[in-house]
Amino acid sequence: MNVEEILAGKGVCVCAGSGGVGKTTTAAVIALGMAARGLKVAVVTIDPALRLANALGLEELSNEPSLVSAELLGIELEGELWAMMLDAKRTFDELIELVAPTPERAEEIKANRVYRELSTAVSGSQEFTAVSKLYELVIEGGFDLVVLDTPPSRNALDFLEAPGRLMAFLDGRALQLFLRPTGFGMRIVGAGAGPLLGALRRVTGIDLLADLTTFFGLLGPMTEVFSLRAREVEALLRSDRTAFVLVTSAQSEPIEEAIWFRRRLDEANLPFAGVVINRFHHDLGSGESSEELESELASLVGADLAARLVSNLSDYHVLAARDAANVARLERELVDGEPLLPVPQFDDDIHDVAGLLRVQEYLFATDERRAELIENLIA
Amino acid sequence: MPSGLLERHLIFVTGKGGVGKSTVALTLGLVAARRGLRTIVAEVGGDDRLARSAGAAGGAPFQEVQVSTDLFTISIGPEDAMAEYLRLKGGAFGGALSHSRLFATFAMATPGMRELLTVGKVWELSQPQRRTRDAEPYDVVIVDSPATGHGRGLLRTPRTFSEIAAVGPIAYQAGVIAATIADRSFTAVVAVATPEEMPVNETLSLHESLVNDGLDLDAVLVNACYPQRFDLPDLARLQKGNRRRASPQARAAIRAALSEHERATVQHEQRARLEHAFAERLMALPFVFSRALGMQELEKLADTLEDELG
Repeated sequence: MNVEEILAGKGVCVCAGSGGVGKTTTAAVIALGMAARGLKVAVVTIDPALRLANALGLEELSNEPSLVSAELLGIELEGELWAMMLDAKRTFDELIELVAPTPERAEEIKANRVYRELSTAVSGSQEFTAVSKLYELVIEGGFDLVVLDTPPSRNALDFLEAPGRLMAFLDGRALQLFLRPTGFGMRIVGAGAGPLLGALRRVTGIDLLADLTTFFGLLGPMTEVFSLRAREVEALLRSDRTAFVLVTSAQSEPIEEAIWFRRRLDEANLPFAGVVINRFHHDLGSGESSEELESELASLVGADLAARLVSNLSDYHVLAARDAANVARLERELVDGEPLLPVPQFDDDIHDVAGLLRVQEYLFATDERRAELIENLIA
Repeated sequence: MPSGLLERHLIFVTGKGGVGKSTVALTLGLVAARRGLRTIVAEVGGDDRLARSAGAAGGAPFQEVQVSTDLFTISIGPEDAMAEYLRLKGGAFGGALSHSRLFATFAMATPGMRELLTVGKVWELSQPQRRTRDAEPYDVVIVDSPATGHGRGLLRTPRTFSEIAAVGPIAYQAGVIAATIADRSFTAVVAVATPEEMPVNETLSLHESLVNDGLDLDAVLVNACYPQRFDLPDLARLQKGNRRRASPQARAAIRAALSEHERATVQHEQRARLEHAFAERLMALPFVFSRALGMQELEKLADTLEDELG
């Protein structure tokens, strides 16, 4: 299997995984590869390395994808590659402008202190705006495929849960119930309204409460629109047009995350499509005893260097064994036939078009070709 | 140089995802405990990973778990932190609130509330007079913070809340915490980076934004540095040697050496950027070649870190 087969007939590809595993690079490679194969592709990145951003012609945050010049990339593209770097605050503002009944109301909301915090707070808003942008591009963008890089976080699950938390807040029903003395909230708590509200005030502070009340007052019926948008996004993510690609390295913590994420996708009825394993250490040869090897190397390059070569190689074996064991653990979680695509640990950072193309070779190769590439890598 | 680091009482360890923050936090905890300081390493987010890697059974979130002499861990989830806060501050009605699912949903969804509750518990741990009943004070609290962006939120949230809420107990409490974080004789911030482009970029921009917030980085730790095993003359010999007659295993050894050299060189460039920016504040830990990071490996890293701390 390769990425082209995994994404056949898909309109959305979500690259998910824990932080530092190469999600952004993988998203860029997937988008580039699919564009090279004739599709009109948009890639939404969150936080690309500067040189990668430059390589894609992304000089600054923007809210609309721009066409990446194939000439600038120095490669042939049968299709089109569009790229954007998500600006969470602006996406949020635009959403408010879109759903506010009047421009004045939109301005009022944007000036509200709670809103200002909300739209710039890192946790939640990036995740929410990312999926919201995704939806917009899928529905209105006219792209064959939209590839989404997910926000950096330690915990891959944040991406799925944060928008829900934000929606729960925007919905504001919990608070509104508390603020209405005869509300449902009071009844289920079973205490008198006065003292409970007092306790709520005691722990939150009156000003904050007042600000929140104003904020929800301003939002008013708009929260319905937000809820609707959230439901539509959810439906899109669950549909068979979407493919979740898990990205991980072969280290044990990211693998643990990937295993959790794989289970969570099932529980949430989200379509899992495959795993990309970055920075995989393939085992470089094995078998011969190290004394034999050392004496052979000594005759080639001298005794001192030979000893260092042998100890360096044995460290490599340790990493290769570690990676193999971790990947085997992940593989046991996968159902037969679910693809697992290893990309080797390269000697240098991947941050330019040449690097993307090197990764692309592995992700878009046939099984036979990939085996050949790995063979060459080892020999 | 950052020799005064362990004289602080509250140390935040942050950095990009995947750079080994938890490893560094735990290693720093080992060093502090070796010096006889009663130390707790607090994991934020409630995953309970630390206790497991330090050898404890885990499965006890929000409990202060002893893992060795003078070394404790705790996993702080915002839900538990809220329940505790309400119990301590809200009186009888606070207890009622903490059992209300509606209130919990709302509080957890309020922007910044999770961070505030979490950092509030961290603050409580660091106080000489613990608010929690029968709790003994710690000399050092080391916070295994979330990835850079969220980690910065953790440091900034108390001040934001003290400004937003203006009056009332949250504003007061947040103000006290913000002042503690801003007190550089009490609190330190340590950034962890691997010597690669992105983590280094993030460390540099974290530094910039902390300075903007009136804070600073007290130390930067460059983690997982490859050893420089082969020099240029070695390299010349390896490239020159006639490999055609060599066995596959010998070829693999040469291949591994060339690749090690290349990686160490790339790392060297990135490390130089950190040295340039942080000079004396920079410390380094080696790459660990092992199947897993157990207590044995952590103790070895702690040896190195002790030297680095001076």
